Amino acid sequence: MSELLTGHAGERRLFLGNEAIVRGALEAGVVLVTTYPGTPASEIGDRCYEISRQTDLHFEFSTNEKVALEVAAGAAACGWRVLCAMKHVGVNVAADALMTLAYVGVKGGMVIVSADDPSLFSSQNEQDNRYYAKLAGLPMLEPATPEEAKVMTLAAFALSEELKVPVLLRTTTRVNHTRGPVTLGELAARPGPGRFYKDPFRQVMVPAVARQAHVRLLAAQDQARALAETSVFNEISGRGAWGIVTSSVPGTYVADALTELGLADKVRLLKLGFTHPLPEALLGDFLAPLTKVLVVEELEPYLEEGLKTVAQTRGLPVTIRGKGPDLFSRLYEYHPGLVREVVARFFGVASEAPGPMVPEKILGQPLPDRPPNLCAGCPHRAMYYAVKIALKDLGVEGIFPTDIGCYTLGLLPPLSMADFLICMGSSISTAAGISRATGQKVVAFIGDSTFFHSGLPALANAVHQKHDFLLVILDNGTTAMTGSQPHPGVSMAPPGFPGVHIPIPRVVKALGVEQLWVVNPYKYKESLAATKAALEAKGVRVLLSQAPCILYEARITGKKRTARFQVTRGCGECRDCLDNFGCPAMYLESGAEGQLQIDPDLCSGCAFCVQWCENIRPVGAGKGKE
Amino acid sequence: MGSTENRKPKTENPKANLRIFLTGVGGQGTLLASRLLGEAAMAAGYNPMVSETHGMAQRGGIVVSTLVLGDLQSPLISPGEADIMLGFEALEAFRALDRCHAKTLVIANTATMAPYPVAIGQARYPSVAQMFRRLAEQVGALLAFDAGTLARQAGSPLAVNMVILGALAATDSLPIAAEDILSVIRRGTKEKFLASNLQAFELGAAVAREPGNWLRR
Repeated sequence: MSELLTGHAGERRLFLGNEAIVRGALEAGVVLVTTYPGTPASEIGDRCYEISRQTDLHFEFSTNEKVALEVAAGAAACGWRVLCAMKHVGVNVAADALMTLAYVGVKGGMVIVSADDPSLFSSQNEQDNRYYAKLAGLPMLEPATPEEAKVMTLAAFALSEELKVPVLLRTTTRVNHTRGPVTLGELAARPGPGRFYKDPFRQVMVPAVARQAHVRLLAAQDQARALAETSVFNEISGRGAWGIVTSSVPGTYVADALTELGLADKVRLLKLGFTHPLPEALLGDFLAPLTKVLVVEELEPYLEEGLKTVAQTRGLPVTIRGKGPDLFSRLYEYHPGLVREVVARFFGVASEAPGPMVPEKILGQPLPDRPPNLCAGCPHRAMYYAVKIALKDLGVEGIFPTDIGCYTLGLLPPLSMADFLICMGSSISTAAGISRATGQKVVAFIGDSTFFHSGLPALANAVHQKHDFLLVILDNGTTAMTGSQPHPGVSMAPPGFPGVHIPIPRVVKALGVEQLWVVNPYKYKESLAATKAALEAKGVRVLLSQAPCILYEARITGKKRTARFQVTRGCGECRDCLDNFGCPAMYLESGAEGQLQIDPDLCSGCAFCVQWCENIRPVGAGKGKE
Repeated sequence: MGSTENRKPKTENPKANLRIFLTGVGGQGTLLASRLLGEAAMAAGYNPMVSETHGMAQRGGIVVSTLVLGDLQSPLISPGEADIMLGFEALEAFRALDRCHAKTLVIANTATMAPYPVAIGQARYPSVAQMFRRLAEQVGALLAFDAGTLARQAGSPLAVNMVILGALAATDSLPIAAEDILSVIRRGTKEKFLASNLQAFELGAAVAREPGNWLRR
């Protein structure tokens, strides 16, 4: 049984922030959870999927975030408590629904988790989704720790039902992926079927209805602001003529900095957890007696702008600073030492922090980087290799719009098979624009999960508009990057997975693509021939590369390939494998005469390289040296 | 609201502020190690904060995690502020020197995993002996040994994390008893890996107990 379903009230557990959110939702009696997997929110879906197999919790990995939000909204309209989780950029996908769902409102409590990613640990941007709360006019809570994540999730459901609008729970990676002590409450029972009560003149957003709905939304915001004024999540401590306002994880850095700098009795601290709408009266009262205030928040100056507005409205002479030279950056995640240093500088106190040691300087030489890489035996690398060699043989340069998934690592040399990327699904539509503008040979790459997420409208458009490019769908049978979540095209579902399988070839044909090649990328000759034919064809054509992710296959089937390969003869100056393929199991022996070798511990036994290099042979075959 | 009394329970041990930085390569079990330490610390009455790297960085990249104990709220460790650094791979241990200060206790695996630029001959892996000599000069204590070989000796090449934890538990630098860590390992390990994990832990502990094995102490 999932550990999130065990334990008695009052017990303390070490939970990941994402697990704390799930536990909070379960204690709130959540009935339906929807998501599209995305780091740093992925574990919310993973745990809920597991729990849905063990209880009456309804859960789905939806095809994208907009779909996830709309499914959840439908259920919330029928009185169910629902949770919808996504990474920050997922909210962009769901934004069309979000903006007007705020007008429609909810009956059952609805919590939307937006997991932001300062420092872009695994994202394409570091947008600050607190502005979504402002844009949509929805209440927002911001936890700083796993404990707060659980407590605020519970509170968010109640708040949502009280105000009849969805509530945003905005986290950052450092909340989602921090483990901390969480105090358990009682798990709640889930109600049975809800009921949809017709009320079209409140729930069908035509202009006349929406005009009234907007009035209701503004009223709900006023109500939310009043609640924020007295919320336990907005907490004042300390005393003095100086102030700090903070929220989320930087609040923990501030707390430690004040202790370490001996400023605890000189600085009044306002830690905000209910951050939209901002509690203007509370902010004004906090600012009124102070002379200078530092705002400590990652990314954009969201709180800073709010505080300055309040100060201006009230005519307060207080100095308010946050972002700026010598202060805080709008870039990247903060850390305790950085916050301590800026706090010390702003208030003019000494901070004894010697500069950290610089390993390169101490060693007197640079340290090699350790970039992430596609796994040894990854089917994506095999397909990339075939496209690379096919283009070389044809003497054509390829332009490679790519998409979001493990295969984005094809960016790195020696593959270098990524030229343009914006967001989920952009490979297909940007390929259309690039080929229309240039007439160059454009080969777009998209993964199977991403294809279902947002590739379908783009492909229909490309066919309809008579664009000209090759689309390679890298189908590894799962959503590998985020931990192998299922999607409609999965070829190998986890045991007991209830979803209906939708084969990709049928989808591609149904969208009007006339030319489709399906290859097993591990069969080099066949995939190379098909790739050449597909490259030379005209119009929108699709090459479907089908082979399961090796990590996922091993997990699902328990099978591991046992064959291993080795370099049997010296390969002289030929470096084709290193220059074009780049399997992490291959390495050059050190020294001037170093020969290429294959590390038997890293070789996955995929038997791909052996098909195009005569110097590589199975271990144990022929005259292999040991 | 707002008084410090009701914020969080204080730990018994007043000198318990402790920042542990773990670094290694994806697949080496750094996250499990920090989680086990966190569980053991919690069982011992602390409020540990453990932060982890997930996602993209796990594809053969560097994986770091941190464990912060005591009267601290920050889950992260800034450069120069780790009291203990556990390096699961030689180069990554040295790279994390920027997290260390003059009194940091370092336990590091001398076994190497070539990063891709090294594997293909575009960069050179620095001399391991040289790295650890330099490291020893900069920190308070250094135990560097081949944890990979000990893990294989224990019957599980993947048990490098257990070897390192065993070595750490045998020092007097943790406010947690070795037995607390062991009971978390016993509780959380599958039957078929338990014996080898416990043996790996013990092999690491034995190395740390021998003063002659420390490059600096």
